[in-house]
Amino acid sequence: MMTLPRSALLRGCLASAPFVIVVVPFAVLFGVVATEAGLDLLQVLLFSVSIFAGASQFAALQLMQDQAPVLIILATSLAVNLRLLMYSVAMAPHLGQAPLGTRALMAYFLVDQSFAASQAEFEARPDLPLSEKLAFFFGTVIPIAPLWFISTMVGAMLGQAIPPDYAIDFAVPITFLAITAPMLRSLPHIVAAAVSIILTLALVWLPYGTGLLVAAVLAMAAGAGVEVLLERRRSHDR
Amino acid sequence: MTVDPIVYWITIPVLGAGTFLLRFSFLGLLGNRPLPSPMRRVLRYTAVGILPGLIAPAVLWPPATDGVTDPARLAAACVTLLVGIFARSVIGAILAGGVTLYLSLWLL
Repeated sequence: MMTLPRSALLRGCLASAPFVIVVVPFAVLFGVVATEAGLDLLQVLLFSVSIFAGASQFAALQLMQDQAPVLIILATSLAVNLRLLMYSVAMAPHLGQAPLGTRALMAYFLVDQSFAASQAEFEARPDLPLSEKLAFFFGTVIPIAPLWFISTMVGAMLGQAIPPDYAIDFAVPITFLAITAPMLRSLPHIVAAAVSIILTLALVWLPYGTGLLVAAVLAMAAGAGVEVLLERRRSHDR
Repeated sequence: MTVDPIVYWITIPVLGAGTFLLRFSFLGLLGNRPLPSPMRRVLRYTAVGILPGLIAPAVLWPPATDGVTDPARLAAACVTLLVGIFARSVIGAILAGGVTLYLSLWLL
């Protein structure tokens, strides 16, 4: 690997440092909930290290506890992670010229926070040389990744100390509501969420959690459909 | 309910590999090319299309109360949602929801 310009590395660090406030409690919570679900320390840590994507970890854990079949767990959790595909698309023009090994390493560390901080930087300064863009990206990873793993472990140890009858079952619903609520910023987003809820509840009788998958596909289509309608109306008004 | 170890040991490596491939896709293999715009449009709604449905049954019919609607959990869900929408803060919403849950469990 090439040497990284230190100032760009530092700027990356500073840009993603505020996200620590979100990452730490989120990872601790995952550790607690996963331990309450009966996973041991190694299993909890492996969960966070191999997937490294909070929302899908909570989703997979919830479905595992619901005794859903493996295929449904995989399909749902991977669907939650589809946004990473968009991150990958957005980073390719900036970081795509790096050596393959470096790109693989960056891909592993391409999480919500490193993406958000890097995207903002690369849009503001598109002409930065590759070496500085790489340094910035890895800089954004430094405050996030170690804390994600450490906080997961802290949560797992806490989880072993908390008695199981403490209504911790409701931590996952509260977390997901909290993640989703700030996303409800436009009509298409609200419609997609509403369709997701109504259809999942209506299809709850379908076996193996397949109702959720059907609901999710239709909810995404509904969101995209409303977006198209709104765009058409706007161009008509003009 | 606890997690079946067999389910765990199959899910983790496959989900880990799949998630890595999503991240590696364009950055590592497909290179610098845009995503077709209809696909981009649909992908914008993955999170809001999946997460609310995933937890909706647990909010209305919590397994912890054997599926009987629980006023404390319902109140906590509503507070979380409202704080999340108006304060735009994930952590703020989690805290508000947690406080509501334990407060109403204690009061009711």
